[in-house]
Amino acid sequence: MTSSLLFNVTTFAYLVSMLLFFAFLASRAKTLGTAGMIAAYVGLLAQTVAIALRWKESYDMGVGHAPLSNLYESVVFFAWTIVLIYALLDIKYKYRVIGAFVMPFALLGMAWAQLGLNTGIEPLVPALQSNWLLYHVITCFLGYAAFAVACGISIMYLIKAAFETGGNGSSGGVIAMFPPIKVLDDLNYRAIMVGFPLLTLGIITGAAWANYAWGTYWSWDPKETWSLIVWFVYAAFLHARITKGWVGKRAAWLSIVGFAATIFCYLGVNLFLSGLHSYGGGK
Amino acid sequence: MTDNKRDFLQSLWDFFCSLKLTMSLLIGLALISIIGTIIPQGSLPPEYVQAISPAKLKLYKTLGFFDMYHSWWFILLLYLLTVNLVACSIKRLPHIWKTITNPVTIFNSALEKSLSGVTEFPHTGEAAVVKDRVAAFLKSEFAEPVVTESGGDWHLFAQKTPWCRLAVYCVHLSVIIIFIGAIIGSVFGYKGFVNIMEGEAVSKVMSRSNEEIDLGFSLRCEQFSVAHYASGAPKEFKSILTVLENGRPVPDYTNARVIVNDPLTYKGITFYQSSYGNAGNYFFTVSDLSGKNPVPVTIEGKSSVTLPDGSSLHVIEATRDVAEFAPGLSGPAAQVELHTANGKSESFVVYANHPELNLQHAQQHGGGPVIHYKGAQERMYTGLQVAKDPGVEVVWLGCLLMVIGIYAAFFMSHRRVWVRIQNGIVTIGGNASKNQAGFQLCLDRLASKLKSDLSGEEKP
Ligand code: HEM
Repeated sequence: MTSSLLFNVTTFAYLVSMLLFFAFLASRAKTLGTAGMIAAYVGLLAQTVAIALRWKESYDMGVGHAPLSNLYESVVFFAWTIVLIYALLDIKYKYRVIGAFVMPFALLGMAWAQLGLNTGIEPLVPALQSNWLLYHVITCFLGYAAFAVACGISIMYLIKAAFETGGNGSSGGVIAMFPPIKVLDDLNYRAIMVGFPLLTLGIITGAAWANYAWGTYWSWDPKETWSLIVWFVYAAFLHARITKGWVGKRAAWLSIVGFAATIFCYLGVNLFLSGLHSYGGGK
Repeated sequence: MTDNKRDFLQSLWDFFCSLKLTMSLLIGLALISIIGTIIPQGSLPPEYVQAISPAKLKLYKTLGFFDMYHSWWFILLLYLLTVNLVACSIKRLPHIWKTITNPVTIFNSALEKSLSGVTEFPHTGEAAVVKDRVAAFLKSEFAEPVVTESGGDWHLFAQKTPWCRLAVYCVHLSVIIIFIGAIIGSVFGYKGFVNIMEGEAVSKVMSRSNEEIDLGFSLRCEQFSVAHYASGAPKEFKSILTVLENGRPVPDYTNARVIVNDPLTYKGITFYQSSYGNAGNYFFTVSDLSGKNPVPVTIEGKSSVTLPDGSSLHVIEATRDVAEFAPGLSGPAAQVELHTANGKSESFVVYANHPELNLQHAQQHGGGPVIHYKGAQERMYTGLQVAKDPGVEVVWLGCLLMVIGIYAAFFMSHRRVWVRIQNGIVTIGGNASKNQAGFQLCLDRLASKLKSDLSGEEKP
């Protein structure tokens, strides 16, 4: 058994899971939703083992390090955290439909990583040889994943809200399966409530590492600045709940904008801008 | 006039207390920060200056776009954020403080109306006895209650983690503490750079703003080395450093190893591995195509020399063993750049053990001079970043407060329970500052347990 075989299994399981969730949406048959969830769990398990195996394989190759060191590995880890956060949400709240809006993100990540990126295990360049890498990357990505889930939920919110104001709220087939609009709003908030502290920790561990390695905890490099931008957007989201006029749809939009900024922070900065964090650049 | 003045002050205060301002500032900061991630900051790359029109360049310069995170308008926004934060806290804190220190202990009907999911049930015992039982129940199941008598009725009030209402203020305070730490660092600290030759010592470094800074001690570079992976990619950059006080080595700071991600700190000044180079001499022999007229040429470090035919030569990189990069070849090699007199320039590798390759290159490239590498007298220097930041501890304190504060603000809740014993009826209600729905379930369970507790003890 090799990690790359198991990663293929993972991608396939996420594809199946997403299709089952779509079928569930279309048919409203409960068993399809359950099957979709099971496929997601199978994928998550396969991926967990695969990541552990890849870690071990790197040691067998003599360049041992946590599998978080290049773009391929980080995209795979991102997909893993998305499914993990979604699974936790499912265990707690059991709103299956959300899967149809979250699994596509995980599948997209896996498919891109498997098909478009360099999958080789490489030795660590000196700048990444630090335990801070582990703390920093794990906290950041768990935060990103929570934001991905929040974004999926916000999209559902906006769809449902549009239908309800359109007047045919009660009858709409697929839409009727969505959780009530209030619940969606609450779940969005809860997902961000998980993501925000993690992102905060991610920024702080990044600053601690930068201070340790370069003597400056903050140098306004594009990646740092973008993570701060993301942080500002979600801080705005949190305060939106206390401000009249900034709840509901506007909060959902803030959550979507926040995730767009997150994705730019993660990928866009490496692809379009230059800076200290070029390791993600696939070079 | 005074009325106008008061009106003005009042509306200024309201402006700074408003959460709309908070939203505008947070979103505004997010948007504005984007500029500095697109436009280069600090020293501008020449390609950039060439690509941009002079008018634009001047405009951006005037607006401070090339150092925007230190421009007056960006700092002003941060100050506005701070004022907003402080004003909001001043406005709200007294109320929160009262909620914590001076809780409502009387369960009157106005309070009852404000709560949802209040439970009532009758009791048959003596009110004072029931009160004691309820008090004992609350103490064991929830929290120690405050018991108040009012007009023959009994009111019990119990609460959990009231202080977590302060968590939000802890977060806000932490933002200000981080700002303070950053200001301390920028006023009392510096960032600098120094190159030290192997075997030499320095006592001064160059700051970012090109001022010389006296360290107050000296630092000697004993050795610098680079290790490579089998693939040729760099694995480790290592400096061996010794701190000298009055010319004498300091015991715990002798032959200290500094690598990337593992700096050396002495007296609050930290030295980080950042770059390196060779300032030694490179030796070549240059001849014409037939091998005649060989001349020895020595190049010092990164400087250029002019060859007999008028072209100029400098070394880009050199290695003691080329096998690492070019399997099948061996011995020393240097990558050089040659600018010919007629304005052409090319970069290529010359070898010590493979003169035929050097000749071949010269023949294929217009019959320029044949260059043979003879090896180098290496003289490595290490490039260290130097940082002193007395504010950094304050920043970490702020970060710690922020993490604790955010945790408490999101995941802890101030829960309150009131019980009233009045006219043979027990009324129980409560609320929570977070997750009211979840708390309601707990409260319902608590109420039914209390009910069975009270009736169960009356029967026997
Ligand atoms: C201009 C600056 C700011 C102002 C005026 C402000 C104001 C407020 C106010 C009035 C509240 C509600 C307190 C309450 O419920 O009694 C609040 C909550 C909060 N603020 Fe701020 N804030 C600011 C900036 C920030 C920043 C930069 C952060 C970053 C971490 C932050 C984090 C929070 C958190 C985590 C909450 C709790 C939100 C919740 O419970 O959902 N605030 N803020």
